[in-house]
Amino acid sequence: MTIIDWISGALGVFGGFFVLVGGIGALRMPDVYTRLHASSLTDTLGSLCILGALMLQAGLSLATLKLAAILIFLLFTSPVSSYALGNAALLSGYEPRQLRTLEREKRP
Amino acid sequence: MMIGAAVAIAVTMFLALLRALMGPSVYDRVLAVNMFGTKTVLLLSVVAHIAGRSDYLDLALAYALINFIGVLAVLEFFRLRKVQQTKEAPPGEAVGAADEVDERPIPGEGGS
Amino acid sequence: MTGILSGFILSLAVLTALGAMRARNLFASVMLMGIFSLLMAAEFLLLDAPDVALTEAAVGAGISTVLLLSALALTGEEEKPQPRPPWIGLAAVIIVTAIVFYAVKDKPMLGDPNTPVQTHVAAEYFPMTREFVDIPNVVTAVLASFRGYDTLGEVIVVLTAAIGVLFLIGPEAPVGRKSPPTLRQASEGLKHHQPVRIVGKIAIPFILLFALYVQFHGEYSPGGGFQAGALFAAAIILYGLLEGRPAAASIIPTRILRIMAAGGALIYGGVGVVTLVLGGNFLEYTVLNDDPVVAQQFGIIVIEAGVGITVAGVLLAIYHAFAARGET
Repeated sequence: MTIIDWISGALGVFGGFFVLVGGIGALRMPDVYTRLHASSLTDTLGSLCILGALMLQAGLSLATLKLAAILIFLLFTSPVSSYALGNAALLSGYEPRQLRTLEREKRP
Repeated sequence: MMIGAAVAIAVTMFLALLRALMGPSVYDRVLAVNMFGTKTVLLLSVVAHIAGRSDYLDLALAYALINFIGVLAVLEFFRLRKVQQTKEAPPGEAVGAADEVDERPIPGEGGS
Repeated sequence: MTGILSGFILSLAVLTALGAMRARNLFASVMLMGIFSLLMAAEFLLLDAPDVALTEAAVGAGISTVLLLSALALTGEEEKPQPRPPWIGLAAVIIVTAIVFYAVKDKPMLGDPNTPVQTHVAAEYFPMTREFVDIPNVVTAVLASFRGYDTLGEVIVVLTAAIGVLFLIGPEAPVGRKSPPTLRQASEGLKHHQPVRIVGKIAIPFILLFALYVQFHGEYSPGGGFQAGALFAAAIILYGLLEGRPAAASIIPTRILRIMAAGGALIYGGVGVVTLVLGGNFLEYTVLNDDPVVAQQFGIIVIEAGVGITVAGVLLAIYHAFAARGET
């Protein structure tokens, strides 16, 4: 196993770990905004690690270019989707949970 | 190594599906569908590498595009829905009070 | 390993279908059906059918979701409560499922090399493709050349569906009605979302380029006319979502869409007429050129272009029909 294989293996393990953590977070977090944080973690960091590992494995070929295209597209559009989702939730009146707790604590 | 990553992605897809089934408000469901789509893209890329067929990456790219457009379409639907609520509600009634847009995020969320 | 992954994906599909069925809120059902389409596309991929997987993803997860959401915007969002449980329906489903399980027992295992499909059909099409058409993607050769009549029928079916929808709904918003200010603002698209607009507009040329790549690369890798048409329509629909539907209608007007929808089918049938005039049978591409293999490839390129044009025109026409109704 060359050094490239070690690095890509480590990246693959990290990527899988981050994706799993994000998935568990999306399930256990209390509010849609916090779940948004967790799921966007899987979209950006998870895809960066996993697609990076695949690109290292593929070497210099057309497959690497396609993987790079997928990665660039995901990195551009998943933050935008998360922003649009959070904005839509906020505009439709979905209050963050922390806000309600703070307001409840402020009342005497 | 890559098989481990594929297993992790598959488990996360299952977790996203649970969120889509459980999610009390519609935004939780949109979130879950978006996450499911990007996980499908990653799973496809890993499967393409394990199977050794690089032309499956075209499918992964297509799914990434479609997922993005789908999420934006859903959010547009919600914007149109909210504005139609504004049109249909009698004057003086607050828009946020309409229950049809999404359930209020109060603790003790019920089922679908 | 493929078997385990297949089983996992199919169990998720059953779970999704149950969730979509039980959800009261129809919006949740539409979202879950989008997930179901993605799961089915992954399953098709595991069954070694990438062309079908690409079409399922492009049409099922993308365009179908958009159209169902547009339909929900016109109708209600909650499912009406059933007056009594559907016992007859349940009995019918149970009986049919029992029959299917009984019939499946006689089915050969997946990939069994002794089935008639493998010994007769596949054993003929593979050497035929190498000899007559000489392209790597056998699916495109079978679809476009050996079974060209069936694909012509599919294109006509797509066109007929568009005609039916346009008869029911009408192609555009009725003229003469002024929309109230709130709805006019709504039809402006995601105009106030600056980041979404910027990134979306950057993405659109690449999606169009990818659609063209899928169209022309269909002979070498999974792709072809149907998938490319769906991706092209998805790009224009994205523009309509970002800038408002009238902006998308000004780029490709509805009369051009109608010409596209019918013109693609015309191109396909026209190739058949041209081969008749040149002395061969209907859709016999070998008469189109001196070298029969080059002639086959030329014929395939032209009819795939016809398929792509029809599918793009049909999907965009249906999108405009649905979205325009919600405007007034």
